[in-house]
Amino acid sequence: MTEKAQVRIGVNGRAYRVEVDTRTSLLDLLREGLDLTGTKKGCDHGQCGACTVLLDGRRVNACLVLAVAADGSEVTTVEGLASGDELSPIQSAFVECDAFQCGYCTPGQLCSAVGMLDEAKSGWPSAITDDLAESPVPELSAREIRERMSGNLCRCGAYVNIVEAVRRVAK
Amino acid sequence: MRPFTYARATTPDEAVDLYGEGSAYLGGGTNLVDLMRLGVALPSQLVDVTRLPYDRIEVDGDGLLIGATVRNSDLAAHAVVRERFPVLARAVLSGASGQIRNLATVGGNLLQRTRCSYFQDVTRPCNRRELGAGCSAREGDHHNLAIFGNTPECIATHPSDMAVALAALDANVVIHGRDEIPLDSLYGHDPVRNSTLEPGDLITHVRIPALDGMTGTYKKVRERASFAFALVSLAAAVDVKDGVIQDCRLALGGVAAKPWRARRAEAALRQAPATVPEFSRAADAELAGAEPLRGNAYKVDLARNLIVGTLSELAGAR
Ligand SMILES: Cc1cc2nc3c(=O)[nH]c(=O)nc-3n(C[C@H](O)[C@H](O)[C@H](O)COP(=O)(O)OP(=O)(O)OC[C@H]3O[C@@H](n4cnc5c(N)ncnc54)[C@H](O)[C@@H]3O)c2cc1C
Ligand code: FES
Ligand code: FES
Repeated sequence: MTEKAQVRIGVNGRAYRVEVDTRTSLLDLLREGLDLTGTKKGCDHGQCGACTVLLDGRRVNACLVLAVAADGSEVTTVEGLASGDELSPIQSAFVECDAFQCGYCTPGQLCSAVGMLDEAKSGWPSAITDDLAESPVPELSAREIRERMSGNLCRCGAYVNIVEAVRRVAK
Repeated sequence: MRPFTYARATTPDEAVDLYGEGSAYLGGGTNLVDLMRLGVALPSQLVDVTRLPYDRIEVDGDGLLIGATVRNSDLAAHAVVRERFPVLARAVLSGASGQIRNLATVGGNLLQRTRCSYFQDVTRPCNRRELGAGCSAREGDHHNLAIFGNTPECIATHPSDMAVALAALDANVVIHGRDEIPLDSLYGHDPVRNSTLEPGDLITHVRIPALDGMTGTYKKVRERASFAFALVSLAAAVDVKDGVIQDCRLALGGVAAKPWRARRAEAALRQAPATVPEFSRAADAELAGAEPLRGNAYKVDLARNLIVGTLSELAGAR
């Protein structure tokens, strides 16, 4: 056994096979190993959401996932949301609603929103859903969006427009 | 981070065989990887348990058998959990963020370490990291630490919301190759140990018995509306017939080194009228045992108000 490991991972539809130090996070593998710097590092402790990617379709903090533990997985990063030059609905909504200032939190907000909307579509409740037995959950209110997106912080405070952008796509 | 080797187990026997001195089981990693990065946890090997066949929730009569690798988000989204055990679904949903819940496992959630800032800061003395070093929190900032069961060595709280609901639900923890134990015995009374498990003990399931006739909920008071640990939380379930409390369960979070089952309050409530004065009397009976510190006496009032308010809501009392 060694402290290096072979990792096979799909990122945005492309298959990679790389050797990593076992200490490497998925975030560092993406940014430094695969040169996909769209995903951002804010806190490196799971507290800010800037590193959010979709891991096998689910939103997660890439800073808390070890690259070796993600062996065999499919990852979608912000670079994988658009098809060619055509922005995804959530990206267009962010542009239309001016849902960012410096933009540092935006890749994480976008991936988180995609994952969150999928969760809502699957009928997942949130902490503020009144009737937990009800499924699927009714249309997402601004309050629901705020609760479900609370894992993504924005130091610029663009929250009002972020909620509006997500609400447009949720409709 | 200290170098370590990584191995992935697919059967419980393989996990236990792989586990050696200096090993740690790896669940979602949301606590362990963080603590490794902070230099608090220094395993020389990680045994990844997320591929073990424990990612299912089985309905077991009127109870549930929940696999240890079930992700927190799947637990909270499960139809039977939402219908029959809303106290558990609400507790899980109130914890962490959507992203973290997608990673976090049931086993890892139970065994997550305290969020005491001195425990997480290797430059400060902490008995929980190194017994005998001293406790920085006692004289330092302890506004978010314990009011029950404090010892001279440690005043930390257990941070899990899920575990508070499981305590109220009388859950058992199933350990590979051993008899299952009540959740309360998982945490035990040792002032500085995180759990009573021996090195290499593998949690395979959590078992929840039926919650006969009781309706329950989970309330969490925190410093911001979402994505924050509890200052005080409460898992409560009651069965009220003809204005009289037949049975009830109460567990407090954020007040002790383990989920604090409020047995004195429960005893005071059984067969009592479901009225606000009785709820207050029961809350006082429990909180008479609190030993707040210089900086966290507010938690006594918070816990009292939370118990009275939540019971009033559940029982529809004025
Ligand atoms: C920013 C942030 C905010 C958070 N907020 C909250 C909150 O509000 N409420 C809350 O309750 N939690 C909160 N959490 C904590 C989170 O819930 C835990 O980190 C998570 O539940 C741990 O699960 P895991 O699978 O990731 O555990 P890991 O980090 O993988 O493991 C934790 C511990 O459990 C051991 N372990 C794991 N599985 C097993 C097993 N099957 N058998 C034996 N040992 C095992 C590991 O060895 C390790 O010691 C927060 C975390 C972060 C980072
Ligand atoms: S960088 Fe991962 S959550 Fe902040
Ligand atoms: S736009 Fe600057 S941090 Fe969100």
